[in-house]
Amino acid sequence: MSGLRILVPVKRVIDYAVKPRVNRTQTAVETSSVKHSMNPFDELSIEEAVRLRERKIPVESITAISAGPPKAQDILRTAMAMGADKGIHVAVDEQDALEPLGVAKLLAKVVQGEKSNLVILGKQSIDDDAGQTGQMLAGLLGWAQATQASKVSVEGDSVTVVREVDGGVETLRAALPMVVTTDLRLNEPRYASLPNIMKAKKKPLEKKKLADYGLELGARLKTVRVTEPPPRKGGVKVDDVDGMIGKLKELGAL
Amino acid sequence: MTSTNPVLRQQVKRVYKELLYMGREYPQGYDFFKTRLHKAFISQQHLSDEEEIKKRLQRADFVRKEIEALYYLKKYRSMRHRYDAF
Repeated sequence: MSGLRILVPVKRVIDYAVKPRVNRTQTAVETSSVKHSMNPFDELSIEEAVRLRERKIPVESITAISAGPPKAQDILRTAMAMGADKGIHVAVDEQDALEPLGVAKLLAKVVQGEKSNLVILGKQSIDDDAGQTGQMLAGLLGWAQATQASKVSVEGDSVTVVREVDGGVETLRAALPMVVTTDLRLNEPRYASLPNIMKAKKKPLEKKKLADYGLELGARLKTVRVTEPPPRKGGVKVDDVDGMIGKLKELGAL
Repeated sequence: MTSTNPVLRQQVKRVYKELLYMGREYPQGYDFFKTRLHKAFISQQHLSDEEEIKKRLQRADFVRKEIEALYYLKKYRSMRHRYDAF
């Protein structure tokens, strides 16, 4: 085995601490002049790639990739500050952002170009919450997949993944190449400190376009309308036990 | 105060810059953090004993790690709250 060549896709999303607002035309969420950061689940996948290397597993390269507006490069810098060796930025305008299938098609091409044999993705992004890219990528490549990983161990060519499922855990073993998506309890991502961000500026960052991969990805989905969830209705106070029973019967709970 | 060790002086400046950078994400805002950080450093300005300065540098490093842990926990908790069923 020549070593792992890990590909880690990262996404620039609205920061988790920001409350998203729907824009006035109800077509999307307001993104201009809103704080953005790396998708928390992608931080987990970078961290896992770096930890595999720190566990003395032969990791040949860790490549971070992001498709998006020029500011996605900041996110790639963060990824490189956390330990990725290089970054690839695929320029995509904000208004025609890629859909999960488009991302999966792009990643499939990148995997071929980079000769990656392990792709570690976040299980979902906190903005679209589609949770589809990893699965679609595994399907396109015809690779094994392990989603929602809470523990990843590599021995030679076989990867063992413990994943969280309803009511317990499931252990999967598969041979490389493989697609893994991360769950929240996989690890504790490190902080991208200032000195590391500075060092990351010296790491290589490739700039690509969709056309470089021979892709023409139009929108297949149409957003009909975006609205805020309805505000929570207040509860009612009941006077006594009989009142409560009456209310419960009225609601069909008894 | 020019007699202090230039190496230590540089270390103090470096940790100050690092903390300032981290402060940009501080929950109560950058301004809140910046004024307090500045006060904490300026109040130790009179120190000239090298051992004493080294001790304070260690403390600064401890604070840096604490803030990192705070950020991690805050993020983890809000993610768990949003995405876990319980």
